[in-house]
Amino acid sequence: MSTTRKRVYGYLAEFKSASALYKAAEKVRDAGFRKWDCYSPYPIHGLDGAMGLKRSILPWFVFFGGMTGTATAFALAYSTQVVIYPTVVQAKPANIFTIPAFFPVMFELTILFSGFTVLFGLLALIQLPRLNHPLFASRQFHRATDDGFFIAIEARDPKFSPNQTKELLAEIGGANIELVEEED
Amino acid sequence: MASSTTTAHEPHTGVKLPVLEREKLILNERSYHWITERICGVVENKQPLLWWLLFIPSALIAAIGVGGGLFHLVSTGVGVWGNTNRVMWGWPIVNFVFWIGIGHAGTLISAILFLTRQNWRTSINRAAEAMTIFAVMCAGIFPAFHVGRVWFAWFLAPVPNANAVWQNFKSPLLWDVFAVSTYFTVSLIFWFLGMVPDLATIRDRCKPGIRKFLYGIFALGWRGGNRQWSHYEMAYLLLAALSTPLVLSVHSVVSFDFATSVVPGWHTTIFPPYFVAGAIFGGFAMVLTIMIPARFVYGLQDLITMKHIDNMAKIILLTGTIVGYAYLMELFVAFYSGAIYEMDAFKFRIAGPYWWAYAAMMSLNVISPQFFWFKACRENLWVVMAIAMCVNVGMWFERFVIIVTTLARMWLPGDWKTFSPSPQDQMLFVGTIGMFLALFMLFLRFLPCINIAEVKWTKLEADPHFDDKEHHPDPGATTIAAYQKELVGSKS
Repeated sequence: MSTTRKRVYGYLAEFKSASALYKAAEKVRDAGFRKWDCYSPYPIHGLDGAMGLKRSILPWFVFFGGMTGTATAFALAYSTQVVIYPTVVQAKPANIFTIPAFFPVMFELTILFSGFTVLFGLLALIQLPRLNHPLFASRQFHRATDDGFFIAIEARDPKFSPNQTKELLAEIGGANIELVEEED
Repeated sequence: MASSTTTAHEPHTGVKLPVLEREKLILNERSYHWITERICGVVENKQPLLWWLLFIPSALIAAIGVGGGLFHLVSTGVGVWGNTNRVMWGWPIVNFVFWIGIGHAGTLISAILFLTRQNWRTSINRAAEAMTIFAVMCAGIFPAFHVGRVWFAWFLAPVPNANAVWQNFKSPLLWDVFAVSTYFTVSLIFWFLGMVPDLATIRDRCKPGIRKFLYGIFALGWRGGNRQWSHYEMAYLLLAALSTPLVLSVHSVVSFDFATSVVPGWHTTIFPPYFVAGAIFGGFAMVLTIMIPARFVYGLQDLITMKHIDNMAKIILLTGTIVGYAYLMELFVAFYSGAIYEMDAFKFRIAGPYWWAYAAMMSLNVISPQFFWFKACRENLWVVMAIAMCVNVGMWFERFVIIVTTLARMWLPGDWKTFSPSPQDQMLFVGTIGMFLALFMLFLRFLPCINIAEVKWTKLEADPHFDDKEHHPDPGATTIAAYQKELVGSKS
């Protein structure tokens, strides 16, 4: 007899197609759940609306990241070319009016800093990387990256109830409904 | 029902206009699972004999050419490259510009075609992006080592040093350092982020063990939940929007190396657009060169269809024609400027001792892609391969013409030299070809060579409203066959 305690993560239900997932998502959203997600092998167009998700805030991060890059490049070029070590090359002045010659580097660092902000901003927003997740204990979840469409409703959602949630998932067309447990 | 509000339901007289069906991007109605199996199969199954036949020689050439060549160069001195006069300086720069240009098709496919919603990009973008990364790696070797004492290459970076001298931010050579390193970094981020869901697919198919662990590490724990996809798609869009001006800027900055100098034949404003078009032109040729054989060897014909090849051929035709226009415009401006030095530079290019390079450039880059006007040529893969090879060689000659013929007749007659690459020069260039191929073979072996998630997304049933459409087909749509039938019926 196993002595490991298990904690319920939630219910996982499979849907037969992207369309079925989309319609089911609308119903789960309308039932008022908060801690749930739809899993699909590719991004489904319009599913954000069906789930009631807001537009990603990533562009704001990237805007400020990019501006930091612009400012960094300007500071670097100005301080080294004008303040610390002024040089007159190709008869270009060693003052602020030489700024057009700084534009290429300012542009490139804007892109570079934005690129890094996209990467790290995204990882922060989707809370990755992580080594494991309770859903990976499921026997069918591996199909979410192949051809499976799933909805998982978490037990920590205030509306979750062991019986009614299962009934809801069955009602909206979910198949292979599975109680996913994680080892405590 | 929503469809009842459209006007198509209203009775109308006369012949209905046909709605042409779009050519499918995935042939034979392949299922999601088939797509996963086929693409992951490339990584999971034993590699075909051809893979080994290509990998082993190219890895050896890379080891001897790049590894041995650079060892010899560093231990002996940069003089072995023949960099004793200004013409010899040209060879590493020819190869640098050649390789960096190859990379541009990858970013064009992944960024510009994404922003313009060209769904056909999904089958080829991964491999093209990989090509970008590897080509930029090959490109980076040349400028890094031709600085002479490579252990001082860090002088390129704006960090304080004992001489208290700072980099010259007004120099295009420093712009190049920033442009190329940014290009490499952002392309790598784009490539890696695009691959995360596909790495998760491979992870989920692995048996527990070291393989699963490693793919799992690089898949970052991706689950494919829509709360992840939602941010992920935004990130992808942002990277595409950032990469689009980036790719245009990189080859523009490379062209500034020449255009901002006061050398006849280089000092022209047409250089940035001309270089960018040429880079895309050469890059697409390389994509075709690599993908056509890979498509056969791994049985990917249903994913990389003739439609994809047709589109790429058309882009080669377009950019090749732009490049041809730029060549002719250069000649016209040299003539029209009335500047004798400019005219002389072009006379020297066409009729001087390097006439063969100019002739090769013109015929391979301008004339050979014109065959793509004909559908029969775009559909014959042998012809497509032959033209792609012509373009690969032709674009190398373009850089040779621009750089070497110009340097060979600089202002001072004392600089006039006839160029010949030293054996070490040739060894390193051949070595980078080997390195590029070897890296690409490793990519095919270990990473998903087609974007699994995005290819699935182009299937019709990926649309969440597909089921609704199936039950209520668009009443205005008629296939060609039905249309012809209707026409015949209306005559009789």
